[in-house]
Amino acid sequence: MPDPITVVINGQQREFGGEMSLSGLLKALDLDPQAVVVELNKEIVRRPALGDTTVRDGDQVELVHFVGGG
Amino acid sequence: MEIRSNWFTSSVAGERNESRGIQRMSTTAAAAIDQPLIIGGREFQSRLMVGTGKYADNDTMTRAIDASGADIVTVAVRRVDLDRTKEEGILFHLDPRKYFLLANTAGCYTAEDAIRYARLAREAGFNEFIKLEVIGDEETLLPDVEGLLESARTLVKEGFQVMAYTNEDLITALKLEDVGCAAIMPLASPIGSGLGLINPYSVRTIKRRLSAPVIVDAGVGTASDACVTMEQGVDGILMNTAIAAAQDPVAMARAMGLAVEAGRLAYLAGRMPRREIAVPSSPSKGMLD
Repeated sequence: MPDPITVVINGQQREFGGEMSLSGLLKALDLDPQAVVVELNKEIVRRPALGDTTVRDGDQVELVHFVGGG
Repeated sequence: MEIRSNWFTSSVAGERNESRGIQRMSTTAAAAIDQPLIIGGREFQSRLMVGTGKYADNDTMTRAIDASGADIVTVAVRRVDLDRTKEEGILFHLDPRKYFLLANTAGCYTAEDAIRYARLAREAGFNEFIKLEVIGDEETLLPDVEGLLESARTLVKEGFQVMAYTNEDLITALKLEDVGCAAIMPLASPIGSGLGLINPYSVRTIKRRLSAPVIVDAGVGTASDACVTMEQGVDGILMNTAIAAAQDPVAMARAMGLAVEAGRLAYLAGRMPRREIAVPSSPSKGMLD
């Protein structure tokens, strides 16, 4: 059994069953990787690297997209 | 008066000439004597740029943007709402193939934050343009020019086409141009104020002294403001609230599109000199005894 992890996503604490890739995280959150930009611990992770980047306990993730604005 | 919405529906240039009346005439006349607007090596048809914030609903927003005739449409970078992830992003409502998406750094108060938001925006994968805002004061939303220059310098080095929102100060505008900004965006008046062009002299001076495109950003309240602003000779206007907060945003968007064209055309045409005395338009000869 993998150890459960706690990740802060967009300022909210979330629990997951174990470490996973950022792609896996987006899937778990039902988000389209093409529609969001991902920052892991304040570093941007480009889309091609999402599958190879692991989310670990204590990581901070920011998921952003475009909204209405001037 | 009932206004039929299709009256206001213009669309991309080219099709625009197919529409009727004043629009066809002015578009043709403007095109005949005007140069296209080029920013950061890209050519744009419309000199009006519009924001996507503050609309009552997305349908009104898309119809208003269409009616404005704008090519460049601004968007903001924000966290995804994890509790309702579907259909919340602007791209569910706005076709990125139809408009040129210009991301902003609105809400950033430091150079560091603005740089972070700009990098995130570029990673969305549309273009390398950023409307750079570094706000210095919550009440007035006036720019922090120190943070603006610092972040502009970094972003230009990273290959961004920086369109810098600034105040109507010539020296800051010159420095931003020197740093390599693709466009300088002095305000007409504070963001969302609708006070119109408060300082036409300063904006005119900036336009006269800079080689980079000058796009007035923020403060326009109604069509006459847009027209007067364009008459100063600036290259374009970016606005959001004036359209979104109008009673009928779609009608106001169309009005703004016409006003920007009218102001541009009047500037190119060259206005008559102002006189302090009257000069009759009809001949003084040939009057009856």
